Amino acid sequence: MLQGHQSWVFPSRPAILSTAVIGGPFEAHGPLADDFDLLHGDLRLGQKSWEQSEKMLLDETCAKAIEKAGLTKDDMTFFLSGDLMNQIISSSFAARTLAVPYLGLFGACSTSMEGLALAALLVDKQCAKYALAATVSHNAAAEKQYRYPTEYGAQKPPTAQWTVTAGGAAIVTASDNQQDPLVVTSATIGRVVDMGLKDPFNMGAAMAPAAFDTIVSHFRDLEIPYDYYDLILTGDLAQIGHDILIDLFDQHRIEIPADRYSDAGLMIYGKHPDTWAGASGAGCSAAVAYGHIVRRLRSGDLQRVLIVATGALLSPTSYQQQESIPCIAHAVSIERTGGTKR
Amino acid sequence: MANQKLKKLTPVQQQYQKFAQAHEPARPLLRNLTMAFLVGGTICFIGQLIQMAFIRYFGFNERTAGNPTVAILICITAILTGLGVFDKIARIAGAGTAIPVTGFANSMVSAALDARSEGLVLGVASSMFKLAGSVVVSGVVAAFFIGLIRTLVAMGG
Repeated sequence: MLQGHQSWVFPSRPAILSTAVIGGPFEAHGPLADDFDLLHGDLRLGQKSWEQSEKMLLDETCAKAIEKAGLTKDDMTFFLSGDLMNQIISSSFAARTLAVPYLGLFGACSTSMEGLALAALLVDKQCAKYALAATVSHNAAAEKQYRYPTEYGAQKPPTAQWTVTAGGAAIVTASDNQQDPLVVTSATIGRVVDMGLKDPFNMGAAMAPAAFDTIVSHFRDLEIPYDYYDLILTGDLAQIGHDILIDLFDQHRIEIPADRYSDAGLMIYGKHPDTWAGASGAGCSAAVAYGHIVRRLRSGDLQRVLIVATGALLSPTSYQQQESIPCIAHAVSIERTGGTKR
Repeated sequence: MANQKLKKLTPVQQQYQKFAQAHEPARPLLRNLTMAFLVGGTICFIGQLIQMAFIRYFGFNERTAGNPTVAILICITAILTGLGVFDKIARIAGAGTAIPVTGFANSMVSAALDARSEGLVLGVASSMFKLAGSVVVSGVVAAFFIGLIRTLVAMGG
């Protein structure tokens, strides 16, 4: 149901039946390693190319989510997925393996919440029984496509970010007959915001205004107080974008309590110097949201969370042609029903 | 130039860019320069040792020892790139590894490695000069003009 300008509320409160997160060797050394279902020691995943590794990562993540839900892939009604590769090949090839009716998405790093919002909408409107929303990113595959060859020795500025190697998937279904489920209550679809920034090694600063726009729209549309959520999690703004967003909140008097905002790009690796400003990639928000945040919601540590996945909609060609970076952010609110354990 | 670029932006965009710039951490210039100097110097020192070895033990003279020396440095770089070590050194060294012949070798080997999955002809052969191509082209163009100037000066004199 449309509420306000650009938000959906889901009266039937679709449930997140299961989630799965699979990561690579670098993620295994991060502070959130315990929140992954599986961590690979081999960045190649035994495949011949980086693109195949990414596709394999998505295959495995989807299979894991289906397995955790106690279902088979034939039970899935729709598969909604996107990634960072040209022509979203990882998703389409994973859809070939799954053989489930498929909608391919591209929202760069915002794909995780774009998929979850659409999955919840499909379930809410009774257009799907089980909707599988997934996304993936692979560090080496992204480096190869967007930046330099993987083994090229380049010195990057401190504003650069490290693309996460991870896949994240969630299965959404109608919420009846479930004990203590996590439900998707609302979603806000973002507008494209372009502040004219052109530096692909500083995407946090480019994406922060998009995150700000979506968050403000969400609170405006839903008419809820700024302290409604226990946690607002942005996707991959990293250090620079995170600091800018906090300053934007201050400037516009958006009084979100300081301890209730954090960024997935700062959480997945902690303050690892090799990641420059922090993490990025479609798998970043997916891994943190579907792994770490879902675990905390299930344990009762968190009750209400707003995940704001941010995406920079650039291509290597648009950057070479001196275009600025259009950015987008989609927000999905996940709540825990049932008794408060706090 | 900078002003012309700014004119295309709306006031809100201009204001935000200034605001965002204030959040950018400064590049560690002193550390980068020091590391570039030390690593670049070390590479040149190794090159010098190789050259001296060629002159002393293999009967080359100062003029002819240059080529095999460069070849050995390229081989070392190619092996280090293949082993996945070179990019880790270059991350810290920056211009220190990029400016000597090691940077050129690394750009070719890394591009070739990445393109291997696309086959030998369409992959490796066509992508090898993806990064190095611009260096080759600008080198040839610069050499042409300098040669031209030199010839003209010689004709005039």
